Amino acid sequence: MNDASSHTPKGTIDGVNGNLIRVTFPESVMQNEVGYALLGDLRLKAEIVRVRGRQCWLQVFEDTAGLKVGDPVEFSTELLSVELGPGLLKSVYDGLQNPLPELAEQCGFFLERGQYIDGLNRETKWDFTPSVKVGDVLSAGESVGSVPEGLFTHRIMIPFDWRGSFTVKEISEALTCTVDTVIAKVEDGAGELRPVKLFQTWPVKKAIKAYDERLRPTENMTTQVRILDTFFPVAKGGTYCIPGPFGAGKTVLQQITSRRADVDIVIVAACGERAGEVVETLREFPELEDPRTGKSLMERTLIICNTSSMPVASREASVYTGVTIAEYYRQMGLNVLMLADSTSRWAQALRELSGRLEEIPGEEAFPAYLETVIANFYERAGLVRLKDGSIGSVTIGGTVSPVVTSRNPLPKVPSKWWEPSTVSAANARINVVIPPSTLWRAGVNIPVWWIPKNWIRPDAVCGPVAMWNK
Amino acid sequence: MHTLYHGIENIVGNVLMLRATDVGYGDLAEVTFGEDSSLAQVIQLDGDQVYLQIFSGSRGVPTDATVRFLGHGLQVPFSEDLLGRIFDGSGRPRDGRPELDATPVGVAGPSVNPDQRIIPRKMVRTGIPMIDVFNTLVQSQKLPIFSVAGEPYNPLLARIALQAEVDVIVLGGMGLKYDDYLFFRETLEEAGSLSRTVMYVHTAADPTVECLFVPDLCLAVAEKFALENKEVLVLLTDMTNYADAMKEIAITMEKIPSNRGYPGDLYSQLAARYEKAVDFESAGSITILAATTMPGDDVTHPVPDNTGYITEGQFYLRNGRIEPFGSLSRLKQFVNDKTRADHRKIMDRMIQLYAGFRSTEEKRSMGFRMTEYDRKLVKFGDLFEKRLMDLRVTLHLEDALDACWQILADCFEADECGMPSELIKEFWPTERSEVRSKNP
Repeated sequence: MNDASSHTPKGTIDGVNGNLIRVTFPESVMQNEVGYALLGDLRLKAEIVRVRGRQCWLQVFEDTAGLKVGDPVEFSTELLSVELGPGLLKSVYDGLQNPLPELAEQCGFFLERGQYIDGLNRETKWDFTPSVKVGDVLSAGESVGSVPEGLFTHRIMIPFDWRGSFTVKEISEALTCTVDTVIAKVEDGAGELRPVKLFQTWPVKKAIKAYDERLRPTENMTTQVRILDTFFPVAKGGTYCIPGPFGAGKTVLQQITSRRADVDIVIVAACGERAGEVVETLREFPELEDPRTGKSLMERTLIICNTSSMPVASREASVYTGVTIAEYYRQMGLNVLMLADSTSRWAQALRELSGRLEEIPGEEAFPAYLETVIANFYERAGLVRLKDGSIGSVTIGGTVSPVVTSRNPLPKVPSKWWEPSTVSAANARINVVIPPSTLWRAGVNIPVWWIPKNWIRPDAVCGPVAMWNK
Repeated sequence: MHTLYHGIENIVGNVLMLRATDVGYGDLAEVTFGEDSSLAQVIQLDGDQVYLQIFSGSRGVPTDATVRFLGHGLQVPFSEDLLGRIFDGSGRPRDGRPELDATPVGVAGPSVNPDQRIIPRKMVRTGIPMIDVFNTLVQSQKLPIFSVAGEPYNPLLARIALQAEVDVIVLGGMGLKYDDYLFFRETLEEAGSLSRTVMYVHTAADPTVECLFVPDLCLAVAEKFALENKEVLVLLTDMTNYADAMKEIAITMEKIPSNRGYPGDLYSQLAARYEKAVDFESAGSITILAATTMPGDDVTHPVPDNTGYITEGQFYLRNGRIEPFGSLSRLKQFVNDKTRADHRKIMDRMIQLYAGFRSTEEKRSMGFRMTEYDRKLVKFGDLFEKRLMDLRVTLHLEDALDACWQILADCFEADECGMPSELIKEFWPTERSEVRSKNP
């Protein structure tokens, strides 16, 4: 993704243990900086996860076979980032925003390591229309114009990490251009001109905060699954999770939601799950009709696919990549639903890494910071008022596969309640597709669609009673 | 290039440590001592300390052994001549025939691009009614057979190896009893199926480390066959032994254990193997069926638990039968609408009636009065178990479907069995089998 320049500082590998490498670095490095381990012509992407003295530990996002002590490592001086701009929708990415169809064109059936492709296609042309004039004063997150992207008007915004206010000095006419084109130049407080392109990059593990105010979610997100909408409604900007043992129908419920939910954009992050399940989405979505627009469902969907056999470190990154893109579209005043399947696999990825770092394990060897990390992730959901007054939201729905993680990310899920009931319903072959309905038929009153009331954020929960009164 | 190193500093379990430079992670080395030699693999690099996992086990390895690094990772020779051969866990012939002279291919290669996968479309006929009719095995599917130790999972796998309608069978044995290995070999030989089979067998008497390579060898070979347009079925037994071998090495390496001593990457390791199951758009396919014993019949044990989240369903083997409840093929709906018009309906109805039979059984055991319908259900359950569930039964799918109708006809009136009338018109047997008269 980044050009290798000759003067980038280089470190040398000092130890290899699974996907973790220990590197001695010459000058300075940054925590979570991206580096590349050089193996012959291959550049293996990695991220710094620990620094001790002159040594840092990097988790490599690829298979490390063949790396030797003494091999060079390049540092990029950047955090793990994604490209945000027109062309994200309809894409199928891996956890590090490499487009999988393009990778397939390049490498065929298999995912060869060390192959990275720009997240946004540099050739595609977009019709830019400016919405500001020279002299206007803007701040981060405000738009300078827009391009049409399928069903949506894609706002081109001042990069979210720019501080202060900027005066527009140059703005291009309406034109057709690629994402790389500079379409405006703005002057910052120090009198320096900064170029604005159609895209910007953003470090995935940081929440985008270029909005005015975060609001209390009040509006219902209709899923069109009756039992959910009636008894367990979720607010736009809220969070929910679907716990269930294997075979309960978590993924099926997610798929139904992704098709039917009353939101503008759906981001599906398949994190450490079966490849076969993603294939269904990949093959079927382009052919399915969006009930609201009549166009292909893929027009409003983005799939992040880091299945269980793909490297574990990019599995950890994949949910962040997903939620960052969700926040980006929220910045355009859209309602985005981000589905993470499954957060347990993600938690396991954290555990794997923690184990390799030889951190003192918590319960069942999950790291002690697991709950903070998960809470931080779910906190990125929310309803916000943007600087231009429009409202956007990110709703996060995660599945949880219990036995392994029940006690950790979801300390309050009474796992033993629903497990036997789902199994007995499945035995009778009534309807295993949607667990809530089977549970209902079996006369068991259990919120499978469980809204984590006291756990994540009390004000994000749109309780059943509140919805009833509305 | 291939420098020889003398002198091993540490020997802990099956892991040797020596000082060497210019060694790649995952590379193989040849350790020679006296007249013996063994392969070993680099499993950790720490400065100039190289940790080697020795395949033959460390017993008898002296500190002055000679180590030669080969400069590549684990490889397996591949050619059509593999068919009919039997190897051990490090790829050496076990059948007394010479080593295979063929191009070596790397094992544990990269994973398939999800974008290149296709929706599964073809069933694998096994001739076992509980699989073909009720939980159809689909090409590219990965399914475990959850079983308690002592259940006949190896005979079941052997039968599948004989009967499955595929081009190539790759059989991987991990921690097999020697008797079981002989059983597999003889069964396949007698039936003449050995010629389409490759076996990689690690027996319980072999060094643990070799157990770790069996799935990788099997799947690397399977992948090559699949790319050559073959439909491959990989049978693995027993994955719990494989996980235990991983646990053993992880503990030796002083890795932080996560759950009941298993390493934290158990899920990823299992998934990396199971996800090799694939159906290539323009080539063959790999289907995986793996026996997984559940210690103490506990499905929440880390091995079956993690497996369940990776695989596309599971078969439960209990009391010598494939359990109709709990067993699930998640992919069957992709294929069972293309087999015969009655397949789905009769599959559902039979299981529903069998569920009815089970509750009737409960009722009977508690001494409640049985109704006429209850008696019919009891008869149905008995016939179902005898004619379909018994593991010895071999029937083609169509014959098995007919057998389902025959059971219904033997027990119920046509309007009692809850099947759609157009299907009854087409499939209802004209005669009842003689069972009825024998057993009024």
